[in-house]
Amino acid sequence: MTPLLHMHGISKSYPGVSALREVELSLHAGEVLCLMGENGAGKSTLIKILGGAVVPDAGRIAIDGREITVQSPTDARRAGIGVIYQEFNLIHGLSAAENIFLGRERAAYGWIDGRAERRLANDLLKRIGASFDCQLRCKNMTVAQQQSVEIAKALGEQVRILVMDEPTAALTGQEVDKLIQIIEELRSQEIGIIYISHRLDEVFRIADRIMVLRDGKLVATLPRANVSRGKLIELMVGRELANEFPQRSRSCGEPRLVVSGLVRGDAVRNVSLSIRRGEILAVTGLVGAGRTELARLIFGADRADSGSIAVDGREKVIRSPRQAIAAGICLLTEDRKQQGLVLGMSVLDNFGLPNMRDLSTAGWVRQSQLRHRFSAFQKQLNIRTPNDRQRVRHLSGGNQQKVVLAKWLMSNSQVIIFDEPTRGVDVGAKFEIYQLMFQLADQGKAIMMISSELPEVLGIADRILVMHEGRISGEITDVAHATQHDILQLAVR
Amino acid sequence: MWRRLLTEYGMLLVLILLGALFSALTWAEQQPTGLAASRQVARRLLADPNLSSKKMLIVVRAHPDDETYASDLVNQLAEVQVSLVQTVVGQPADARQKLEQLVASEQTLDRIICSGSSVDWGIVANVATLFPKLGRVEILAPQSYRWPNFLKRDNLLNIANQISVIAMVAIGMTMVIIAGGIDLSVGSLIALSAVVAARLIRDFAGAEQASVWATVPCCAVAIAGCGLAGVTTGVLTTAFRVPSFIVTLAMMLVASGTAYILAAGQSINQVPETFVWLGRGADLLNVPNSVVLMLVLYCIAHVVMSCTTLGRYLYAVGGNAEAARLSGVPTDRVIILSFAISGMLAGLGGIVLASQLKSGSPTYGQMYELYTIAAVVVGGTSLAGGEGKILGTLIGALIIAVIQNGMNLMGIESYTQKVVLGAVILSAVIVDRIRHRISQ
Repeated sequence: MTPLLHMHGISKSYPGVSALREVELSLHAGEVLCLMGENGAGKSTLIKILGGAVVPDAGRIAIDGREITVQSPTDARRAGIGVIYQEFNLIHGLSAAENIFLGRERAAYGWIDGRAERRLANDLLKRIGASFDCQLRCKNMTVAQQQSVEIAKALGEQVRILVMDEPTAALTGQEVDKLIQIIEELRSQEIGIIYISHRLDEVFRIADRIMVLRDGKLVATLPRANVSRGKLIELMVGRELANEFPQRSRSCGEPRLVVSGLVRGDAVRNVSLSIRRGEILAVTGLVGAGRTELARLIFGADRADSGSIAVDGREKVIRSPRQAIAAGICLLTEDRKQQGLVLGMSVLDNFGLPNMRDLSTAGWVRQSQLRHRFSAFQKQLNIRTPNDRQRVRHLSGGNQQKVVLAKWLMSNSQVIIFDEPTRGVDVGAKFEIYQLMFQLADQGKAIMMISSELPEVLGIADRILVMHEGRISGEITDVAHATQHDILQLAVR
Repeated sequence: MWRRLLTEYGMLLVLILLGALFSALTWAEQQPTGLAASRQVARRLLADPNLSSKKMLIVVRAHPDDETYASDLVNQLAEVQVSLVQTVVGQPADARQKLEQLVASEQTLDRIICSGSSVDWGIVANVATLFPKLGRVEILAPQSYRWPNFLKRDNLLNIANQISVIAMVAIGMTMVIIAGGIDLSVGSLIALSAVVAARLIRDFAGAEQASVWATVPCCAVAIAGCGLAGVTTGVLTTAFRVPSFIVTLAMMLVASGTAYILAAGQSINQVPETFVWLGRGADLLNVPNSVVLMLVLYCIAHVVMSCTTLGRYLYAVGGNAEAARLSGVPTDRVIILSFAISGMLAGLGGIVLASQLKSGSPTYGQMYELYTIAAVVVGGTSLAGGEGKILGTLIGALIIAVIQNGMNLMGIESYTQKVVLGAVILSAVIVDRIRHRISQ
């Protein structure tokens, strides 16, 4: 049987790196193919080529056995290929229906037939089981709803191949279940789906076949039944990982960070917590429970209505990130592109940004000192960049994350807040991040980790706080004997 | 190295090409005068081995250039112990009188040395027929040569001088734009600064009799006032999150109106002679003081942008304000400072302009905000913020100046000049975009 899609001998190189080498991919109608690999393995490049955003150096693409040329996103759409990128392509001020028909409006002589659009949009949304009003504006939607709009948009374009890049990265557990239902539905409609995710649980739930890339090369394409969890990780990392989480001995000291009675509107209501030296405190809960808001308050990114923060027993006035950094607190934000990095600036400049106090004399940047300190962290964290003048924009996601880590490690803070540190990060790099957190804890730092991934929370934390509607709804101190079920009960009550 | 130079300062190439174009178009016969002429003639004279025995007469017209020429020649000849030289400065009649004197005293003459203008006098050209008794007289004058009008030293300095005010103000504009803002008020602040300084000098420092020690504080107050206007702009944009486009648009009206009120709609001319030192003086190697000031400011600004935390912070705030804030950058202070610097440089520009024109008028600086923005953009700075180079702006300003100057030399009238300038700015920016696309 001819496959629906066949990509043959795809190669692409960028200055200094070859992103893809002779990669083969085939996809049948009504099949879910999961694409896996570490960050920088070439997954993004491969789907960008399929979506027409990147033109390959070599290789052929065939649909139903007929060769096609994909030079632009328009070509891809015409060939029936729809790609939903991690960053959605939606216009925030427009409604769901308007977004679905963007670029191919139902119009006669420039007049849009709004009623027809809304009817068709409702049909499409119903087809994927979404139950919200198609006149809702995108900026007022949840991430899951926005995703539904993206899927509906692709369906409206009569796609036969749908590519989804990390669709569950920002979804809660229930929303993930819903998405998997939608995917099952699309599969029954004979649509071929390429699904990229780092979450092994989901992959094993939905995949028909799993394809693994490493360093731009195809490692294997295997039916789901023939591959185990351990085997898959081994294929991705290229070495055996004994455990998903590293081991450590736990020893906690005096309280380092003490937060009491922190309030900001309805988002954070009277939260008190303390973290000891060498302790890793996980803060979890559903999206919107106020976890990120809490972190931003502690870091001074937003102003608290009331409450106090003390570091090492001394009360600190924190009204701006600058004051928080001076007090020894740092925050690794969830969204590194918008909040963690200045993409247009060089790796070196980004690294230096929070550390100017240490790296300058009377306003003069000590350039050699800056270089020297960066190269040390570059070695420690294995940051891959052609040179330190490279703009951060051109680095891969994992390396960008490492630059963020490096700049905060340099600042030598005593309290480190990680907001979803492993989101969009592959298994191998996750392991490195966990190890790093353990190292930092062993140095006596207080670590707060915000995470939605319950296995991670249970595997890493010394203590777990669960948030619900801006309040702390429960605490789990005996992590070794806790289950995901225990956490969820606290999170939804 | 070259590649980097080309991608980062590709506009330099455009500037050089424009220079080459105008050089070709203004190729013309040049007549050396003054010191240039005397050096050339002295070189030719010194080639003569029997120079010390030759009797020579220097004939020039009564004109400063010719007088410098003559006196420098006499000095140079005296240095090599040649003393049989006489000099006539004046009209052809004076030359005739001198020659008649020589004939009367039965002296001979070997050489008459003329300037570029006196060589055409009939009395000199026909000396052999008019005064045969003098013997065989050789006539020597500076030789003309072919050289572009555009590339003459005076013209190049003139270009730099004319653009100096816009170029200075563009430094501040570059910083503001790199930090993600825009400053439309600079043109009006130039006028305000000029008027405030001139009015303070007239009313409090003693008008035409004002001493230097009284003039300088008046200028400082004007500059500080413009800096304060910049601080106000910065505070309003950061505290209320009003786009700087709107705030500076309002500030532009306020400053311009204030300038007209303070000057009562008139030009204030009661300033001392010393006031023009900054705008018209040329103390260092004959380079105008305003050009020296401009170059010094560019050096400082370049260092600030590339070597100091302030520079780093300006790029960071313009590139991603939220990420910068979360990295502990005092974003509000950085933005306020950028507008304060822009305001103060506009104030300084106003002082230089007032000094060049020896008066302060509320009509100064009109459209300057647009020329400065054009210089910044032509220089390769992105209006979206976060990217750009200070030296690019200098090149951008020079491109604008070279185009204006070149067209002036070619006698193109000012309306056409505007059209051409607009077209050139557009094409420069488009070339820059294409270059970016290729290099990526």
